[in-house]
Amino acid sequence: MSSDIQTILPELLLAVYAMLALLVAVYTGKDALAGPITWITAAVMAILAVMIAGGDGATTAFNGMFVDDAYARFAKVAILLGGATVLVVGQDAMQRRGLLRFEYPILIALSTIGMMMMVSAGDLMALYMGLELQSLALYVVASLNRDSVKSTEAGMKYFVLGALSSGLLLYGASLTYGYAGTTLFSGIITAANDGHVGMGLLFGLTFVTAGLAFKVSAVPFHMWTPDVYEGAPTPVTAFFATAPKLAAMGLLARVLFDAFGAAIADWQQIIAFLAVLSMFLGAIAAIGQTNIKRLMAYSSISHMGFALLGVAAGSEYGVQAMLIYMAIYLTMNIGAFAFILSMERDGKPITDISALNQLSKAEPLKAAAMLVLMFSLAGIPPMVGFFGKFYVLNAAVQSGLTWLAVAGVIASVIGAFYYLRIVYFMYFGDEGDGVDLNMSPAAWAALMGSAAIMLLGAINLFGIEGAAAAAAAALVN
Amino acid sequence: MNNLLSIITFLPLVAAAVLALVLRGDDLAAQRNAKLVALVATGATFILSLLILPGFDASDTGFQLVEEANWIMGLKYKMGVDGISILFVLLTTFMMPLTIAASWGVKDRVKEYMIAFLLLETLMLGVFMALDLVLFYLFFEAGLIPMFLIIGIWGGKDRIYAAFKFFLYTLLGSVLMLIAMIYMFVEAGTTDIPTLMNHSFGSETFSLLGIQVVGGAQTLMFLAFFASFAVKMPMWPVHTWLPDAHVQAPTAGSVVLAAILLKMGGYGFLRFSLPMFPVGADVMATFVLWMSAIAIVYTSLVALVQEDMKKLIAYSSVAHMGYVTAGIFSLNQQGVDGAIFQMLSHGFISGALFLCVGVIYDRMHTREISAYGGLVNRMPAYALIFMFFTMANVGLPGTSGFVGEFLTLVGMFKANTWVATVAASGVILSASYALYLYRRVVFGDLIKESLKSITDMTTRERAIFAPLVIMTILLGVYPSLVTDIVGPSVEALLHNFHAAVPAEGADMAMTSH
Repeated sequence: MSSDIQTILPELLLAVYAMLALLVAVYTGKDALAGPITWITAAVMAILAVMIAGGDGATTAFNGMFVDDAYARFAKVAILLGGATVLVVGQDAMQRRGLLRFEYPILIALSTIGMMMMVSAGDLMALYMGLELQSLALYVVASLNRDSVKSTEAGMKYFVLGALSSGLLLYGASLTYGYAGTTLFSGIITAANDGHVGMGLLFGLTFVTAGLAFKVSAVPFHMWTPDVYEGAPTPVTAFFATAPKLAAMGLLARVLFDAFGAAIADWQQIIAFLAVLSMFLGAIAAIGQTNIKRLMAYSSISHMGFALLGVAAGSEYGVQAMLIYMAIYLTMNIGAFAFILSMERDGKPITDISALNQLSKAEPLKAAAMLVLMFSLAGIPPMVGFFGKFYVLNAAVQSGLTWLAVAGVIASVIGAFYYLRIVYFMYFGDEGDGVDLNMSPAAWAALMGSAAIMLLGAINLFGIEGAAAAAAAALVN
Repeated sequence: MNNLLSIITFLPLVAAAVLALVLRGDDLAAQRNAKLVALVATGATFILSLLILPGFDASDTGFQLVEEANWIMGLKYKMGVDGISILFVLLTTFMMPLTIAASWGVKDRVKEYMIAFLLLETLMLGVFMALDLVLFYLFFEAGLIPMFLIIGIWGGKDRIYAAFKFFLYTLLGSVLMLIAMIYMFVEAGTTDIPTLMNHSFGSETFSLLGIQVVGGAQTLMFLAFFASFAVKMPMWPVHTWLPDAHVQAPTAGSVVLAAILLKMGGYGFLRFSLPMFPVGADVMATFVLWMSAIAIVYTSLVALVQEDMKKLIAYSSVAHMGYVTAGIFSLNQQGVDGAIFQMLSHGFISGALFLCVGVIYDRMHTREISAYGGLVNRMPAYALIFMFFTMANVGLPGTSGFVGEFLTLVGMFKANTWVATVAASGVILSASYALYLYRRVVFGDLIKESLKSITDMTTRERAIFAPLVIMTILLGVYPSLVTDIVGPSVEALLHNFHAAVPAEGADMAMTSH
């Protein structure tokens, strides 16, 4: 028992912290404490990330329901660091818009616990618990701006569609349980290993995958993404675009490899289909967007398609590629959102792309950083975004999915257009009303840091390869 | 100095970083400093690049001055030069100081302008020196970014359309090459270019979607690389981005585009397509020859009817690049030597022609041919220099243009007489459009009111043209300066090529029985 506690210590600590913070805030300063709590939450998450990064080996807790291995640790470190950064980056913007309630950092912390559960899940029940903890916290955060119709609508939409996806997932889980006789991943994989994968189990697999595809916002389960991105307050959108995406992708790979690793050929086609649709729809639908948050939503859909390319490869290298892709995606998006959430005119947030007109004259440094991020998102070398794409394409070709790789690069050319459009507004646009970039030091640091990583990462990717390789080896064996 | 090549490549990048981080302000003094830093950096790069020559042994056909270091994903950072690439390196470093000097009149965002050009130089040099597929792709593709900005920020009226067209066209070509590169990586287990040159990829005919692919994987990979290099060259019918890009780009941008960036396509054919996919190249050679012949005639005819000077020269560039592709795919010594010669000579001549347009554009702010006429009356020096480069463009004996055209035509004639016949008509057509342009701009009476006060070239402008004139004549009268360096490497390349083709052909014959 005590070794079980030892294994889930980081999650426990974060949960205890969240409860304490909630109690303290409720009984004392309430919203006046929101600022400090945000910083403390970020600090706690960062400390936990360091703590987790130091771990090694693979242990399970509670009879295999909870797995702590290199894969989970990689995802957790990325989730915690990403979440902490977004909290700090968005704090000032939330404050200025009067949205910084003390519940915000606490809900983010709770959602983070859910995400950590997700990537460590070794059982369908644990999976569902983590997923719901994550989602419920996020539904609330999405509608944090109670006076805004759009924000409320975003929360509502997210909730209803999230419930639908949970339903699909649960249906799939029940089928899987019925045909495998167990909810443990290790049991499901042996059930599938006995001869071939039965029809019932296949149905289970399909529904579970569909439920999870909602969470990674892969086409055709993506409809909520643009609306929620647009409606939620921008700092919250920044959070949506980063850590939960990585957690959902991590969970998807976890289920597919740990539970259905014997049926790779069966789910490979599903994932390949999701990947192609996501890459193309994300690229094409973003072209017509004038709202930068909606554009980033479609951009994230397209990026999820690329990450799925790595999963579809169905190999250890593919998982490594997916993890590296997601880590790079996380870094790029934090920088891009640090920029977006500081876009203001007369103190009001604006999201219109054309407001960026001639920004490079007023704010040359910030415009240059955004330029780097845009080219990185488009996957143009030497920015690190290219190496992410190169990794997943390489994995796809290695697994004989060359057609998928060809589709991917064509989608990336289409997608390059709308990233270039942002550069076009910033650098070539005609004189317009312009935009004020009201950046807190934290947001400035995030933007510049992210851009610098995109440039300097070409030298050695900051050694993330080794960690990702170890993580992939732990998952696929 | 065992990392000379890296120093040459990254010196402009360092200068760009210095400009970006150190230089502040946008007053006249700051602008002047930016120009000086850029000029000194490109000049120093040129001088350093000359240091390659003493240590270079032309008779050694392998890669020389090789540097190697481990990189990510099992890739290598590997640089080196051989007889084919060294001259492109020198062409780049030679042209860049002239380009910077030609941009002395830029007033808008001077610092950023210079940074963009310095970045571009690093990336172009990297393309010619990289000995790792992915490293090559990185430099090749990254060059789009500064060029996109140069066209988009400092370009003409329709610059945005041109910048997007340039970027997306070239990107689409390149990503297919990326897939082929990944396939090669997976297949051969390495991205080392010298190793891949000796690796023979599968060439058994197979059927894809019901189509018989003669030459198998090699043909597919050839086509993937072809998509990229043909757009970059550019070859007819994927050349349409070039006239737009040229017309809208600022003068210096056009010069770099014509003189150096277009050469990447030809260089790519020689570095990748021929040595790595000999069977595929052999299968496609006739097709490429005919495409080149059509390009020469078609784009020359199009050039005849242009109203815009830059557009005319752009079409002339496409036609001249037609000689290059035809020369390369003649697959014999004269053809390939001639193609390389033509690329170098076109670098000087077309660069100079764009500079000639720039000289009068700076004064009149129009490129319409009909806005000029009779310039000889007020600009005698300009008329002389423009005349010289017009003649060189036509291929007058004694200029470098003649040697390139002659050698490629000889090569073509040996490979395919009909192609050579069609292509030779391009020589006459090029004389027509070039002389017609010259007559309309320079000769006649000076009747236009606006031209009455136009001034002749300044000393700075003359100084820029001087090295170009010298190089054009030098290569014209002493072509072995080039052929001595490229000859042995080309010979080895063709030797390996012809050794690979019949051998694999015999394999195919055996497997089909």
